[in-house]
Amino acid sequence: MDVEILSRIQFAFTIAFHYLYPPLSIGLGVILVIMEAMWLKTGHVRYHNMARYWTRIFGLTFAIGVASGIVMEFEFGTNWAAYSRFVGDVFGSALAAEGIFAFFLESGFLAILLFGWNKVGPKLHFFATVMVCLGAHFSAVWIVVANSWMQTPAGFSIEYKGEIMPPGFAPDADQILNSRAVIHDFWAMVFNPSSMDRLSHTLVGCWQAGAFLVISISAFYLLRGRHKEFAASSLKIGLCVAAVASLLQLATGAKSADGVTKNQPAKLAAMEGVFQTQADVPMMIAGYVDMEKKETVGLQIPGMLSYLVGGSTNTVVTGLDAFPEADWPAVQPVFQLYHLMIAIGMALIGIAWLGMLLWWRGWLFDASNPLVRAFYLVLILSVLGPQIANQAGWFTAEMGRQPWIVYNLMRTSQGLSEVVTANQVLASLVMFTFIYALLFAVFLYLLTRKIQKGPDSEEDSEEMPASWIAMVERRKGQARAAG
Amino acid sequence: MELNTVWFILVGVLFTGYAMLDGFDLGVGALHLFVKKDEDRRMFLNAIGPVWDGNEVWLVTGGGALFAAFPMVYATVFSGFYLAFMALLCALIFRAVAIEFRSKEEWKWWRTMWDVGFSVGSIVSSFLIGVAMGNILQGIPLDARGNYIGGFFHLLNPYALILGVTTIALFAMHGSIYLVMKTGGELQARVRGWVNRTIGIFLFFYIILNVATFVYAPHLLDIVRARPWILAVFALNVLVVMNIPRQNRKGNEFAAFLSSCGAMVLLMTLFGLTVYPNMVLSMPNPENSLTIYNAASTAKTHWIMFIIALLGVPVVLAYTASVYYIFRGKVKLTPHSY
Ligand code: HDD
Ligand code: HEM
Ligand code: HEM
Repeated sequence: MDVEILSRIQFAFTIAFHYLYPPLSIGLGVILVIMEAMWLKTGHVRYHNMARYWTRIFGLTFAIGVASGIVMEFEFGTNWAAYSRFVGDVFGSALAAEGIFAFFLESGFLAILLFGWNKVGPKLHFFATVMVCLGAHFSAVWIVVANSWMQTPAGFSIEYKGEIMPPGFAPDADQILNSRAVIHDFWAMVFNPSSMDRLSHTLVGCWQAGAFLVISISAFYLLRGRHKEFAASSLKIGLCVAAVASLLQLATGAKSADGVTKNQPAKLAAMEGVFQTQADVPMMIAGYVDMEKKETVGLQIPGMLSYLVGGSTNTVVTGLDAFPEADWPAVQPVFQLYHLMIAIGMALIGIAWLGMLLWWRGWLFDASNPLVRAFYLVLILSVLGPQIANQAGWFTAEMGRQPWIVYNLMRTSQGLSEVVTANQVLASLVMFTFIYALLFAVFLYLLTRKIQKGPDSEEDSEEMPASWIAMVERRKGQARAAG
Repeated sequence: MELNTVWFILVGVLFTGYAMLDGFDLGVGALHLFVKKDEDRRMFLNAIGPVWDGNEVWLVTGGGALFAAFPMVYATVFSGFYLAFMALLCALIFRAVAIEFRSKEEWKWWRTMWDVGFSVGSIVSSFLIGVAMGNILQGIPLDARGNYIGGFFHLLNPYALILGVTTIALFAMHGSIYLVMKTGGELQARVRGWVNRTIGIFLFFYIILNVATFVYAPHLLDIVRARPWILAVFALNVLVVMNIPRQNRKGNEFAAFLSSCGAMVLLMTLFGLTVYPNMVLSMPNPENSLTIYNAASTAKTHWIMFIIALLGVPVVLAYTASVYYIFRGKVKLTPHSY
């Protein structure tokens, strides 16, 4: 295998591993804020125990997120040096902003969130939780902005041999190593055509990941009949977040698809498996791309894609035939992963709203009902849904933009480090495979242990600092005096 | 001052922050295996528990700032030192997760495994950081486009190796002083005894390093001749290091730690003064060197980043200081500590 394919595999592997954890931190962050807010409002020990318990899980995902994130920060330089030289002027500032605005915020306040229970008062602790949650969201902001710039570059000019080229200039293979992108409009770079669509879609995907983790663990307790009250309260919070997020995800996803149609038509054609440019194109629900015959077969809604793209079945949709075959992305995986994400998205809407319905009808916590128990099983498995969809979505977006590393400007093969050899990349890839397999196993093991151990019981409020208990008592006193 | 120099300094400040802060937790890692009792090891881990992650962010942000301000340097150094950096990443991963995982199980083999991971990870990280700095000081072969053309083993030259070992000793010294500040009782007495020894070891290697400069990096002497005030910084640095055992003897742990931080800052200043305006010196063929001019981003990007730094850095410093303040004082173990 050559350096290019090895470097691509390594990048995909390391970022895909990294991306198992940040969505959990971002999503759990939101849920922790809700739980602590409810604790502050009601003073009920249960919410305190909930915040404590989910904070421990948060700490675990965060640690691996950090460890795997450091790899990402340097991998542009190690494996994609030519690319780094080309984009540094534009891309680097987003990465630096991420450090200054996001990572410091997150790591600083995380100390208080994890270790500050006995050192600071409840309000300051709540503030720290909010800051950690914000910090996690900011990390997503800057990195998704940077990535979106690569998908839909904006706000830059091309400099060739030290001179600014006219707009529209695209360096050819001989010119590329002497060219670089230089910024001329920072805000146009930040708000490039795809960044807001993709940011909203990514963040909502993270909320789903966090919400379904809480749902899954809570349903497990309910099924086992353990920690019932704790689990019911957690499940309710998880379901509320999931119900809202799942619908939002459909909306932001549709908006993203719209953007892809405009900005990256070749990617859209691959996502939907459209080979011929024509009107009345169907939308595929599920199918198979026949690369020999250049057609896509499967379950479809006639005319629907044309309708979605242009508001009428007569709209012409650009197919892959509009592009030289050398510039096609890998159609089959892009198509399949895209449809996998959508199928999961629909399923998650169904699960979350069925849960809401059962809750509303008062059946959700009736563990003696076999149908409800079956539903618990579905909920326990549902944690995989957002994780798989998140990965599938990124693979769609990233494979769909191949062969470009910066869309229509630089090819992936041109972005490599010139001095790194295939053997070196192979060595590091083997190393990462071992380390990450080990980390993943330990993570699963420790997570299982934490789940088995469960939250602290409500009687045992030993953990709640004295000053906090005093606050609760004060509140109760006030309530009594008022009522 | 022109922006290129400003950014040379700012990137330097970020890496200095890293050396000063992560320096002590890497040092604690290097010393970790020298205490045997489980409780003592937990004291060590919890001494850095709330702060090590924030400390490491200085490295991450330094990397980001380097990418933005001097992309050519970022690309050259990280692709050129490929295998060394992969080893560094591996070491950093292990020490990060070891801190988190170690105390989650009671089993002896489990704790020993992560203790070793934490300690070896810390030592290897310190060493490789030193090796990288040694190569930058000594110069590495670059081609006309700024690509590194030496091999992996070229990086492991005597000068770089000496600087690598010196860095381990430096961080161990810094870490031992930090530990004196965070521990109490019998453990503190023991750790206090280590301070003089770690200082001695550091000074020993530091002298060897300076002698080695005459042999392996004579061009640095020309720079010192051209900028004699570097010697003043050097002298100040020696004085500050000497102040550490003095304060330690008097029982002023905090003052000793501040001196040690001062020593870190001065050492990084020396490094910066010696290389400026080069960022990566090319040896042989100095005309291929990456400097703060030919490796830089455009002035526009430097401005944008400057504004980002102006907005962000004061806030970062404010809450970093608050976190250190909240977690001041001796470590107390609770059931939920590491
Ligand atoms: C800011 C930049 C950035 C961000 C946030 C991401 N990626 Fe990416 N990705 C790249 C920057 C990049 C890249 C450096 O530009 C690569 C390397 C080769 C290429 O073409 O693009 C890439 C390649 C790449 C590939 C290989 C595509 C191929 O070679 O066919 C996959 C599967 C992913 N990424 C997956 C992801 C996932 C799961 C992400 C979710 C977190 C993600 N990427 C975020
Ligand atoms: C190539 C792209 C990426 C790079 C270079 C990168 C870099 C990093 C780094 C260096 C850290 C550790 C920070 C620390 O020490 O505290 C980190 C953690 C984190 N990253 Fe990434 N990251 C990337 C992709 C992403 C994406 C796509 C997201 C979210 C959408 C994300 C969200 C986070 C979050 C929330 C954390 C905190 C740790 C955690 O919550 O697990 N990152 N990342
Ligand atoms: C419900 C129907 C959904 C639709 C119509 C949809 C649509 C899309 C589209 C068109 C893209 C490609 C954007 C691009 O290439 O620029 C995308 C990417 C992505 N999707 Fe979805 N999606 C859906 C559900 C989901 C779900 C449920 C998740 C995860 C929980 C998810 C996570 C992602 C992620 C992480 C990306 C990559 C980041 C990005 O490019 O925005 N999606 N989605």
